[in-house]
Amino acid sequence: MEFGLSEEQTLLQETINRFLDDNAKLDRVRKYADDAEDVGADIWAGLAELGVAALLVPEAHGGIGLKTLDAAVVAECLGAHVAPAPFLTTAVLAVTALRTAGDTAQQAQWLPRIADGSLRIGAALAEACGARGAAGVTAANGKLAGTSLFALDADADMFLVADGERRLHIVARGAAGLGVNPLPHVDRTQRMAELTFDSTPAELLPGSADGEACRAVIDVGRVVQAADTLGAAQNMLDQAVDYAKQREQFNRVIASFQAVKHLCAEMAAAIEPSRALVWYAAHALDEVPEEGRLTACHVKAHLAETGEFVARTATVVHGGMGFTDLLGLHYWFKRIGFNRQTLGGPERVREEAARVQGFA
Amino acid sequence: MDLSYGPEYDDFRQEVRSFIAKHKHLAPAQQGVRSPRVKEWQQLLIQHGYAARTIPTEYGGYGAEPDILKGRIIGEEFAAGQVSTGLSGQGISMLVPTLLELGSEAQKQEFIRPTLTGEFVWCQGYSEPNAGSDLASLRTSAVLDGDDWVINGSKIWTSTAHLADWMFCLVRTEPDAPKHQGISFLLLRMDTPGIEIRPLVDMTMQPNFNEVFFTDVRVPKEQIVGHRGEGWRVANAVLGHERESLGDPNASLSRLNRLIHLMQTETVDGARPMDNPALRDRLMKFQARVMAMRFNDLRILSARLNGADAGLARMITKLQATELRHELEGFAIDVMGEFGLLYGKHPHVRDQGSWQNQYMYFLGLIIGGGTSQIQKNIISERGLGMPREPKAIVKAEA
Ligand SMILES: Cc1cc2nc3c(=O)[nH]c(=O)nc-3n(C[C@H](O)[C@H](O)[C@H](O)COP(=O)(O)OP(=O)(O)OC[C@H]3O[C@@H](n4cnc5c(N)ncnc54)[C@H](O)[C@@H]3O)c2cc1C
Repeated sequence: MEFGLSEEQTLLQETINRFLDDNAKLDRVRKYADDAEDVGADIWAGLAELGVAALLVPEAHGGIGLKTLDAAVVAECLGAHVAPAPFLTTAVLAVTALRTAGDTAQQAQWLPRIADGSLRIGAALAEACGARGAAGVTAANGKLAGTSLFALDADADMFLVADGERRLHIVARGAAGLGVNPLPHVDRTQRMAELTFDSTPAELLPGSADGEACRAVIDVGRVVQAADTLGAAQNMLDQAVDYAKQREQFNRVIASFQAVKHLCAEMAAAIEPSRALVWYAAHALDEVPEEGRLTACHVKAHLAETGEFVARTATVVHGGMGFTDLLGLHYWFKRIGFNRQTLGGPERVREEAARVQGFA
Repeated sequence: MDLSYGPEYDDFRQEVRSFIAKHKHLAPAQQGVRSPRVKEWQQLLIQHGYAARTIPTEYGGYGAEPDILKGRIIGEEFAAGQVSTGLSGQGISMLVPTLLELGSEAQKQEFIRPTLTGEFVWCQGYSEPNAGSDLASLRTSAVLDGDDWVINGSKIWTSTAHLADWMFCLVRTEPDAPKHQGISFLLLRMDTPGIEIRPLVDMTMQPNFNEVFFTDVRVPKEQIVGHRGEGWRVANAVLGHERESLGDPNASLSRLNRLIHLMQTETVDGARPMDNPALRDRLMKFQARVMAMRFNDLRILSARLNGADAGLARMITKLQATELRHELEGFAIDVMGEFGLLYGKHPHVRDQGSWQNQYMYFLGLIIGGGTSQIQKNIISERGLGMPREPKAIVKAEA
């Protein structure tokens, strides 16, 4: 019995955090956010060298063949650093899609390139989690038509696209009739685009015909995204506590005011059980499949709530400074906000959790 | 991550299961501390090692080696079988561990066995009218006079004092020492002359706790646990135990499952509460919180198995678990509407009124055993390293 991270996972965590401490400092994140310099490519190359891109890729395809919990460990580090990196899309969503629904040729073609960091695949799954307005993609005869509104990773070389029947397709960025229209949005550490398809050639992942593979991809994505939120929330709490210990008002450090202490205690009290839930949900996807979907829904919604609470509270502890661009705390606030809405907002996901159990 | 307990534990679990299957019919339905059936069940559990498991046989226990997982399996299986785990209460959960750790040999011999069998029922006399959260400012005094301590003062909120044979309590024996160093831990019989008990009715309308007054109460001087002035340390050895036992996530899970049943069987305007999306959403939120607390508990368990301290994960449990239960019970009342208000004996009452009862009871637990605010002080100070509360309290000038 061992509920927690293994030694290898702790080591992985330390390695990734050390790399990000050096290479994804806030001033570099800012450059990315301001479109001043493409530090994103550079960070991703470094992460790929550490094996992050290859994490979930099977060994037979040049990967490391690790599990969802390992991916959650990495995502937590990325969230903590608000690092711009296509980890969720390329290394988690696309790899899971190819593993579960790709044929051998497709796997052999793309997985090794993902593993070595040379191929980035974005994810157009928003409609499979809840189509807004008239958005939606139809597929016929190897061609896609329609719109996918909120594709993740606007800079990708290819896109994983879910059609209206939750079948999965891979579309190359340069494909005929594909429009990639970047969308301006609050979280500048992650890029989102609207994709338009007009008789766009696409490759169907044949194992996705019944829609189940798409659901499985979304499950993993939700867990990993929840881990990203966990990292961001923990980092905001750490920043709030550090700030409170040195900021003085009324001739005292504000950390000595009970109102401030209690806000910090409440954040810790929300985060700790959330961490256990993230670990379990990640573990369950691989090892307790009968609970996997339910815990994936719950972890997504629960971390959305924990994240929102921490994002607001940690900002308040910083006073006016928390509200400024100067300090940059807002990057974490926005990352948490982004993770809350994408791949299914909390109410929608809770409704799914109810459905999984036959309650709705 | 490895959630299996291992094959040797599978055998143990089977043993527990077959014990339960075989003896279930003897288990008492209700807890009453004085009922012969409860005491017989307790004896049977001790004999088989399902109660007092790790307490040495010489003191009336079963004498097994401590094994955290076996203890947990017993808890899980008894909960699953919905059978009583035997006597509980402050004597067994708090005093016995304290005596084992800090009591004299004579005290262990004298008190542990009858406490385990239910012959001695205990109450905890810590809080006083002017010493609640700030327990160390307690004033009830004990002065050594010949071979006796002579106690004067009063205690309040003493749960089950009216049912108890004995009290373990904190008294001030060194009035000139700093406040934490002037306290001693005494054991006394509740029928000692000079003790007066006045019941206090709590909001559940039960006289669950009491005021206890002491006028020249004489207690043999050897009924002190630890040395003079060490009472604070002795008491703190036990407070830890109390806090841990307040946050049982399996109990929350079984309440949640009961609530799911309610939402599928009650109706409003002909529809089940489960068919109402707003209620369903709230239910799902609770389910996630209950899950998170269960896994947090596994994390703490795992740390204990490795001889490590789970730190913040442990410190937040009393706060989170009591608040969660109170809110969960309250939500069930929302689900039932007016039915949720019914309390007492009537065919319309759902689940024997347990939702109202537990809703209120858990508000008591939010306050008792260190209030939520005190928990937040502890979390921020010991967990997050923030400054301690100022020690001296300056009262505003009138
Ligand atoms: C159901 C129940 C059973 C109990 N059973 C027993 C028993 O068997 N034996 C026994 O000895 N005691 C018992 N108690 C007493 C219990 O331990 C005290 O009620 C508790 O410690 C709080 O003390 P108080 O009631 O004096 O409240 P106070 O300490 O007066 O607190 C009042 C309010 O002030 C807040 N407060 C106080 N100090 C601080 C601070 N430093 N920072 C922030 N806020 C603060 C509290 O959080 C609370 O909201 C029981 C209580 C309850 C409710």
